[in-house]
Amino acid sequence: MKGSGLRIYAIAYLIFLYAPILLLPIFAFNSGTIIAFPLKGFTADWFMQMLANETLRRAFLNSLIIALSSAIFATCLGIFAARASTRFDFPAKTGIMGLIMLPLVLPEIIVAMSLLVVLLAIGVQLSIFTVILGHTLICLPYTIAILSTAFNSLDKSLEEAAYDLGETKWSAFRLVILPLVMPGIISALLMSFTISLDEFIIAFFLAGNEPTLPTYIFSQLRFPKSIPVIMALGTVLVVMSILLLTVAEYFRRRGVARTGGQDHGGFL
Amino acid sequence: MSSTRFDAEARQGLAMVSPPLIYAVLMLAAPLITILAYSFFKDGYLEVVREFTLENYRAVWSDPIFHKVMARSLGVAFAVTLATVALAFPVAYFLSFVVPPERKALWIFLITIPFWTSYLIRVFLWKVILGHNGVINSTLTGLGFIDEPLGFLLYNVQAMVITLAHAYAPFAILPIYVALEKIDRSLLEAGRDLGESRLMTFWRVTLPLAMPGVVAATLIVFIPTIGDYVTPELIGGGKMPMVANMVQANMLALDNKPMGSALAVTAMLIVAVVSVIFLFLNRRFLRVKQ
Amino acid sequence: MNDTIKVAAPATPARKPKAATRYAELQASKPMIECREVHKYYGDYHALRGIDLTIREGEFFSLLGPSGCGKTTLLRTIAGFEGINSGVVLIDDKDMAAVPANKRPTNMVFQSYAIFPHLTVAENVAFGLRRDPRSKAEKAAAVDEALKMVGLAGYGKRAAHALSGGQRQRVALARALILKPKVLLLDEPLSALDRKMREQMQVELIKLQRQVGITFVLVTHDQEEALVMSDRIAVMFEGQIAQLDYPEALYSRPVSRRVADFIGVMNFLPVTILSEDADTIRVDVEGLGEIDLPHSQVAAKGADDEQPMIGFRPEAMNIFPEGQPQTAPRQNGAVIDEVVYYGDMTYYDARLDEADGTLSAPVRISMRNVFGRDIPDVGTRATVGWSPSSLILFR
Repeated sequence: MKGSGLRIYAIAYLIFLYAPILLLPIFAFNSGTIIAFPLKGFTADWFMQMLANETLRRAFLNSLIIALSSAIFATCLGIFAARASTRFDFPAKTGIMGLIMLPLVLPEIIVAMSLLVVLLAIGVQLSIFTVILGHTLICLPYTIAILSTAFNSLDKSLEEAAYDLGETKWSAFRLVILPLVMPGIISALLMSFTISLDEFIIAFFLAGNEPTLPTYIFSQLRFPKSIPVIMALGTVLVVMSILLLTVAEYFRRRGVARTGGQDHGGFL
Repeated sequence: MSSTRFDAEARQGLAMVSPPLIYAVLMLAAPLITILAYSFFKDGYLEVVREFTLENYRAVWSDPIFHKVMARSLGVAFAVTLATVALAFPVAYFLSFVVPPERKALWIFLITIPFWTSYLIRVFLWKVILGHNGVINSTLTGLGFIDEPLGFLLYNVQAMVITLAHAYAPFAILPIYVALEKIDRSLLEAGRDLGESRLMTFWRVTLPLAMPGVVAATLIVFIPTIGDYVTPELIGGGKMPMVANMVQANMLALDNKPMGSALAVTAMLIVAVVSVIFLFLNRRFLRVKQ
Repeated sequence: MNDTIKVAAPATPARKPKAATRYAELQASKPMIECREVHKYYGDYHALRGIDLTIREGEFFSLLGPSGCGKTTLLRTIAGFEGINSGVVLIDDKDMAAVPANKRPTNMVFQSYAIFPHLTVAENVAFGLRRDPRSKAEKAAAVDEALKMVGLAGYGKRAAHALSGGQRQRVALARALILKPKVLLLDEPLSALDRKMREQMQVELIKLQRQVGITFVLVTHDQEEALVMSDRIAVMFEGQIAQLDYPEALYSRPVSRRVADFIGVMNFLPVTILSEDADTIRVDVEGLGEIDLPHSQVAAKGADDEQPMIGFRPEAMNIFPEGQPQTAPRQNGAVIDEVVYYGDMTYYDARLDEADGTLSAPVRISMRNVFGRDIPDVGTRATVGWSPSSLILFR
């Protein structure tokens, strides 16, 4: 069969990608206190301990607030940017869009450090709010990438047709463009929520004393006895991410189907 | 006579882009410019003295520790990039040429999932796998193959390369896949028709046309890897700092912001120069418009 | 520029209008769209260079030209999607300068049809009725009627994105016509359809236009489509109207070689002008000899280069095997270079005998394949018959 060698290689590659992640549920449900084979027995204790942990609950709540706010802010800003870049020609367009998309190729440590320096210099108290500022910034390029695809797959004459049929510019946007890019908007929201939920560096430097899930995980890594709980927490995080991504992918595909476009697959 | 329509469109476009633009200026451009400015200032006690100096750069560029850290960062990033791109290419090729169109979205989804799940957790898992009491060591001792845990698994450059190569693997596949998808299939048939073997067709047609994707993949992996903070902390155990850790240490632990800024700017300059040289070397592939 | 309908047929050989009474009626009707000295720039690019035209109420009007000639820009200017830099656009006697597209009494059928993919067929058709004060039931009845008019009765509940090209086109028509606009603008509406469907829709569009009586303005690059459908056609090149006439006149009396070349096929033979008086011009045409032409057979804008030319359509000449009798007023000997068989027609490339024994440049002659008529062979001699009245002088 054509490409069977390649197929075997691709499957091996997928296993390499997923194998470490598969360790998470294995050890999260393993009753042994050290992370080692052979496995001891089945237990849900680690999940119980996780739920009972006060700091963890606080970290979870913080992460939720941060992820929700960042997702909403980034998507709103992303709608403006994606619409501007797909529909209008304006001076310095490449430069402006380049600046907005820059966090995509800038190491997060640079974003975090420079933002931290400025925030400290103007005397802003570090809190989950400052994390939201940073996460909005790094989620923005992803929302623009998703939303630009959504806006781009729209025929420009749809908007003109609505305008021609007596609607105003705003009502044409509301009645035609918005419903058609809605799957893209939902997809962008879910995507930035996922990114924010998992993000460590910016949260680590900008959260002050407030824990988030990733910074909590980081703080516990040097204590071997906390590792099983972290495995449980990691399992929960990964499952949440996969669920969110599946929903995001569902909406992205629905958006493609709705505008009658061709599915090229993937988010990027 | 100039066009009124163009002006109106430009105005509307600028108005539309202004909210995200203002946000990016305040949260990104201004901080980056601040860093740049700080790198030319003097460090005083508890505060930055606003006096122009090149002393920070002189100190950074003559610092043997910085040379070592930068060399390590570059070495790790090169190794990771090479491994990632080389391993990713066959997968991208498989996705584009072997997988039937209706199954492509599913495969891409499977490959991108790890990319979106917590990077910290993926790095941490390698610590769990390679650690002193980690999966490999405890399993091997448990089975009686070794008496003492193997010390060479963790806290070295190889471990960092493995971890980062795994963490950035999906980054490399997508750009190459996109480039391969753009190749007009009849070009390959033309290659075969003109008498080339399958392998030579790949070498003379497919690969050159896929190069823009390979170049993009290289940069997408190289740039974040060289600025990675978490892996040296966890996998390098803090004893193998890379440039990001050095920046952070100067900024926070040593509270020498001008020095930290000069480090950051220098590192960014080096990355930019390496990237530009790389783009320049590949310019003949990038000019091709399909 | 010629912007009124001249019902009195111009010079002799121009064919009689296919529907003289319709032209007479149209000329009597009031102007619906008037463009006066309309200029439009995109940056430095001069897209419309002084457009002057009047389109009358109830007329089926076409803007015809190659891509980039400004025809779509002119249509979008009338619709209000593009502003103009100078000049006036009047619709129904009202200056449109300050009227945006959504307030103009025009509706558009887009090249892509722009059917809203998230709505059903009925919702698409009812889209423009949102601000209509009528009751829901009345609107639904209007939608049904509009769908019936375009032959889509019963399609209301279908999802719009599942329709075929021809059906989308009909939905686009219904959606625009339900608003009873004064002008319907059609931007290359048939270009996305296959040939059979296109020919069918041409006939349907004409019927629909006669039925609703609304002014239609069609943009097309397809000269055949324009000739079939239009009451009048404006041929545009480089932002200017090269000729504005009804189809018969455009075909038989093109004002310039460029128009003649764009519409159908025209043969050109170089001429020498011998003498000229108040009534006629005496010319010597390569291959045809000396001819007296009345001034009415001289094209208004003449040749684009210096060399004067005689032009004639392929069907303006007959060709028979040498020796067969024919009735044409003038006859020349010729050699057949090429025979191309089209089923109903045969096209011949022939070279005409010159007085000095040489042969002229090849000319194309078409003949209907009547039962029993021989098709002369390549390389054989033939007789070509013609009449001076079918020639046009470009100088």
